[in-house]
Amino acid sequence: MDYSSAVFYFFSFILLFSAIKVITARNPIFSALFLVLSFFSAAGLWLLLQAEFLAIALVLVYVGAVMVLFLFVIMMIDINVEVMKKGFWNYFPAIAFVSIVMLTEIILVLNQPFFKAPALFEAPKKSNTDAIGEVLYSDYVLPFEVAAIILLVAIIAAISLTLRGKKMHKGIDPALQIGVQKSDRIKMIEMKSEKVKIKKRTKRK
Amino acid sequence: MDNIFQQFPEVISTTIWTILKIVAIVFPLMISVAYLTYFERKVIGFMQGRIGPNRVGYFGLLQPIADAFKLMFKEIISPTKSNNFLFLLAPILTIAPAFAAWAVIPFDAELVLSDINAGLLYVLAMTSIAVYGVIIAGWASNSKYAFLGSLRSAAQIVSYEIAMGFTLVGVLMCANSLNLGEIVLGQSGGISQWYVWPLFPLFIIYFISAVAETNRAPFDVAEGESEIVAGFHVEYSGMAFAVFFLAEYANMILVSMLAALMFLGGWLSPVEFIPDGILWLLLKVIFLLFFFLWFRATFPRYRYDQIMRLGWKIFIPITLIWIIFVGLMMQTSYGEMFH
Repeated sequence: MDYSSAVFYFFSFILLFSAIKVITARNPIFSALFLVLSFFSAAGLWLLLQAEFLAIALVLVYVGAVMVLFLFVIMMIDINVEVMKKGFWNYFPAIAFVSIVMLTEIILVLNQPFFKAPALFEAPKKSNTDAIGEVLYSDYVLPFEVAAIILLVAIIAAISLTLRGKKMHKGIDPALQIGVQKSDRIKMIEMKSEKVKIKKRTKRK
Repeated sequence: MDNIFQQFPEVISTTIWTILKIVAIVFPLMISVAYLTYFERKVIGFMQGRIGPNRVGYFGLLQPIADAFKLMFKEIISPTKSNNFLFLLAPILTIAPAFAAWAVIPFDAELVLSDINAGLLYVLAMTSIAVYGVIIAGWASNSKYAFLGSLRSAAQIVSYEIAMGFTLVGVLMCANSLNLGEIVLGQSGGISQWYVWPLFPLFIIYFISAVAETNRAPFDVAEGESEIVAGFHVEYSGMAFAVFFLAEYANMILVSMLAALMFLGGWLSPVEFIPDGILWLLLKVIFLLFFFLWFRATFPRYRYDQIMRLGWKIFIPITLIWIIFVGLMMQTSYGEMFH
C-alpha cells in the first residue's frame, strides 16, 4: 500500500465514521460537529485528487460559514432528541423503501459512461483555481451568471421574509446618533461664582 | 542534511524533514507570542504613564516566562455539568488553525514550508475554522457569560470575515495570483509599487477587520470585562486559558504578517538599492503589531450593534465599490498603477 492510498483510507474511514455519527449521535451539537468533521475529511479526499480549490472552498464555505450558523441555531434552541425519535420505528418501512429506491437510482445513474471520465487525473498544467475560473467565465458564463442571479433573489427573499410583523422596536437609529451636534447635547450656562459659606455642622442624632 | 536520511525510505525522511521545518516555524512563533505580551504591557504602560513589568530579569524581560510557569502549575477546573470532552477540545481547536495557517507564509523568497498555489485561500479557510474553538468553549462551559461571549464573538467573526475576504479579492486582482510568494513578488520595485497605494481603502478595512477578527480592543466585546466578565473563556484556568491566550496573540501576529505580505511588500525592501530580506518583513510586522497595542490603549470599546453596523453597512459596500473601481481602472490606460 503506497502513501496516497494510505492517506485515502485514513480520510475515508474518518469520513464514514463521522457521517454515521451525524445521524446516531444523541446530542444534536455532536451531530453538527461530526458533520463538520466529515466535511473536513471530504476536503482531505479532494486534496488527494489534486482539486485544491474545491477542497479549500469546501472548508471555507461549509466548515467556516454554513456550519457555524447551524451550530449557532442548534445551541440556541433546546432540542429533545428522545421526543423526536419517538415515531422512528413506525416510519421505518417507508424510510427504508425510499432510501433503497434512491440508492438504486444513484447507482444506475453513476454507472453511466458519462461519469467515468478517464482524463480526470491528468491535472492541468496551470493551477486548479486558474483552470476553474477560466472555464467558469468562458464556456459556462451564462449558467454561472444565472445561478448568481437566482442566489441573489433567494437572499433578498429570505431577508424580506424576516421583515414581516410589527415595526415597533426600540432600536436606536445610528444615523440620528452620528448626526448629533454639540449644541443638541450640551447647554452652556454662564454662572457667577458664589462665595462659599462655611456652615457650622449641626450635630446629628 | 538530506544525506543523513538517505538510508531511510523517502516517506520517512520527508516526514522528519517537514517536522523539523514545522518546529523551526512554531518555536520562534511561541517565543514571539511570549514577548508580544511583554511588548504590549510595556507599550500600554508607557502610554498610561506607568513603567510596566520591571521586576523579573533585566527590564522585566523574564516576565512572560514567569507568567507561563505560573499558568502551567495552576489547576484546570472544569465547571459542573460542563461537557468535559468539548471543554478541553475547544482550546485545541482554537490554537490548531492559528498555527496551521503559518504553513504557507513565505518569510523570504525561498523560505516557505509549503508553497501551494491557493495559499491565500488556504489562510482564509484556516482562519475561518478558528471560530469553532470559541463557540465550543462557550457552549461546553455551561455558563451564561461564556455562552453570551461566544455568541457575540461568533457573529462578529462571521460578519467581518466577509469584508476581509473582499479586501483579499482586491489583492488577488492586482497580483493575478493566489500564491503568497507571487503576491509579494508582484510588488517588487520599491515602496511605490506596494499594493497599499492602489488599494489603500482596502488596506484600512483589512486592518480594522483583522482587529475585529482577533477579538482585540476596541472590538473585544467577546471578552468585555465590564459586561460579561471575560466572555467565552471565563471558566478556563491554568494551561487551558493560556492556550486561548496564545492563540489570540498568534492570530494577531498572523494577520499582521498577512497585511505585511499583501499590502506592504513582504520581505522586499522599500528602496531598491538596499537588499531584501526577512528583516524587512519582521520590521513591518512589528510596526503593524504596534498599531494593535496602540488601539487598545487609545480607543474605548465599541457598542455591539455599532460593530455589526460597521461591518455590514460600511465595510462591505466600500470593499465592493473599490473592487469594481479597481476592475474598471485596470481596463483603462492607468491600468499599470494597479498591477
